[in-house]
Amino acid sequence: MGIMQAIKGAAMTDFLGAFVLAMKVYFRRKPTVNYPFEKGPLSPRFRGEHALRRYPNGEERCIACKLCEAICPAQAITIEAEPRDDGSRRTTRYDIDMTKCIYCGFCQEACPVDAIVEGPNFEFATETREELFYDKDRLLSNGDRWEREIAKNIELDAPYR
Amino acid sequence: MKALIDALGPLWGSLAGIGLSLVYMVVVLLTVAFILWFDRKVWAAVQMRKGPNMVGPVGILQSFADFIKFVLKEIVVPSGANKTIFVIAPIITVVTSFLTWAVLPVAPGWVLSDMNVGILYILAVSSLGVYGIIMGGWASNSKYPFLGALRSAAQMVSYEVSIGFVIVCVLLVVGSLNLTDIVNHQKAGIWDWNAFAFIGALMHGGSPAKMGMAFVVGLILFAMSVVFFISALAETNRPPFDLPEAESELVAGYQVEYSATLYLLFMMGEYVNIVFMCAMISILFLGGWNLPWGEVTNPFLGFLVLYVKIWAMFFMFAMVKAIVPRYRYDQLMRIGWKIFLPTTLVCVAIVGAYVAFFGGNA
Amino acid sequence: MLQIAAFYILAAVALISAIMVVSAKNPVHSVMFLITIFVTTSGLFVLAGAEYLAMLLIVVYVGAVAVLFLFVVMMLDIDFVELKQGFMRYAPFGALVALVLFAMFVLVASAVVEAKVDPHVLASPTPALDVANNTQAIGRILYTDYILFFQLAGMVLFVAMIGAIVLTLRHKPYVKRQNVGKQVARTRKTGVENTKPKIGEGVSL
Repeated sequence: MGIMQAIKGAAMTDFLGAFVLAMKVYFRRKPTVNYPFEKGPLSPRFRGEHALRRYPNGEERCIACKLCEAICPAQAITIEAEPRDDGSRRTTRYDIDMTKCIYCGFCQEACPVDAIVEGPNFEFATETREELFYDKDRLLSNGDRWEREIAKNIELDAPYR
Repeated sequence: MKALIDALGPLWGSLAGIGLSLVYMVVVLLTVAFILWFDRKVWAAVQMRKGPNMVGPVGILQSFADFIKFVLKEIVVPSGANKTIFVIAPIITVVTSFLTWAVLPVAPGWVLSDMNVGILYILAVSSLGVYGIIMGGWASNSKYPFLGALRSAAQMVSYEVSIGFVIVCVLLVVGSLNLTDIVNHQKAGIWDWNAFAFIGALMHGGSPAKMGMAFVVGLILFAMSVVFFISALAETNRPPFDLPEAESELVAGYQVEYSATLYLLFMMGEYVNIVFMCAMISILFLGGWNLPWGEVTNPFLGFLVLYVKIWAMFFMFAMVKAIVPRYRYDQLMRIGWKIFLPTTLVCVAIVGAYVAFFGGNA
Repeated sequence: MLQIAAFYILAAVALISAIMVVSAKNPVHSVMFLITIFVTTSGLFVLAGAEYLAMLLIVVYVGAVAVLFLFVVMMLDIDFVELKQGFMRYAPFGALVALVLFAMFVLVASAVVEAKVDPHVLASPTPALDVANNTQAIGRILYTDYILFFQLAGMVLFVAMIGAIVLTLRHKPYVKRQNVGKQVARTRKTGVENTKPKIGEGVSL
């Protein structure tokens, strides 16, 4: 037993076996995704960058119920509300601190009017910290930009809700 | 070098020597740049990744991008560090790693200094290389670097012993300390290369006793080439013996506090050493610049052959890094002191007996 | 010209480092300067044409001895203030030792200069460089005329090594030791057992 083991160790059979295996793997097709040029598939439930949506007629959905602010576990959302000139209740301030956000998705779960959603965009890295303090304008413009994808994702996910 | 001084006089000869050294350095550095890329590519391929592929065609210029990045970053010297030694340490590593190349013949007739104690010079200078790491680890004034430095020093001192004995085996067979002589000893063909001398022993014939002994010595030399390869891994802190910088235990060992250019120097020194070890294996065991079917006298062809051998050896270095799991520190010491040292010592005795009784030249 | 310049530079660096070894505040710096001395001295050896000795000096002293020095000095937690306290007290004694050593150097140096040529030395002259280089010459003398002393020196070092091991090696009965061969021999067969226990039975270990 001991002698055989010593001979096997000296002949480095383990290493040779591993080497053959490694050479087999060496020329296999690589599964690497060439990221900025190729991207992997995303689930419709993917929780990425936040967006505030509008109704098709251009009216913003958010009614300043503050449910999202209440449920946010990281307390990243700040909302201030006032009645608008036409008497409807709207937000005057809707800020999300993206550096605090943990992307749990509770805000979009809590929203009764599907106003705040987490879109499919995950490439919003910035050079400064300040750029990550999103205000209402930024969120609304996000909504405008990603509306098509967001609507499609909500539709795809609807049967499971 | 001496030939230059004889031909051009002391002043111009020395200047020409300095120029030649610069050419050596540039070639070595370029090789290191591409070999770093090659290392990462091989490693990636074994793990079914693509590796660096953005900078230049198939990422071949990655090392140059890294170089620029390192140089442009800020050098951070820890406030508790011993500043002079902290800065000197990586410089020592780089300088010693380049110094060894002075005696390495890269082609027939192409050598900066054809010393007759070339091998000893290499052993001496590579033992100086430990200081860069010890000083770096100590000067950082921090726990992980210090532990890394201690580990590295113990490791390099231990494996220098077995490397020394392996080299003694080769020297006994060849009968010279001069590296050019060692290569010329292996010029007949692949069966005369030290690693495959057991084939040559059968071909050369002679009395059965001499042939049998020569065959045994050939086999020993083959085993010695493997031992040298493994010791070279340990000596250059390559995986699976990269315990001084084991990231799972010591974060990055002696390099923890280093950044930017100083880190680059450490990295560069390490890779220059690795390329040097590949060249040493090629010269000691794989016939140097000689082709498998015969001698090479054209320096350009010789250089090309040696270069290809260096890359082939480095491929093995990279494969080992990719497939062998890291050793524990006590296992490393066990292999060095309890297995390699007795084995190589016995082998030196056998080879010595062969040379004494059958008179040299296996 | 170049050689003379090299000699003076190396000698100056060696002397300055020698002073720094004793005057440096940090013991680690002292060891660094000691290493500088070794390296410059080997440079001087090279200048004198003794390249084999030069390389040996670096391999043995810088590569092994000084590393161990550095190890010990780095590991020690030294209080520098306490270390400096006894300096003035022992200074005269140190100066005396230095003086005696210096006198011995002078005596030896003058003796060498004035010595008559030994007939034994004439009988075996140093071979020319192209006949036998330094390495071969040293080997010839070391393994013929001085083989006994060489072997004795080796034995003394060997005994010292064994002594050090005997003094420090202690087998503690309660310490579990690992058997690497046994560890490596472990396979899936010996390490894992698959069982299908029935409900309520459990497995006996």
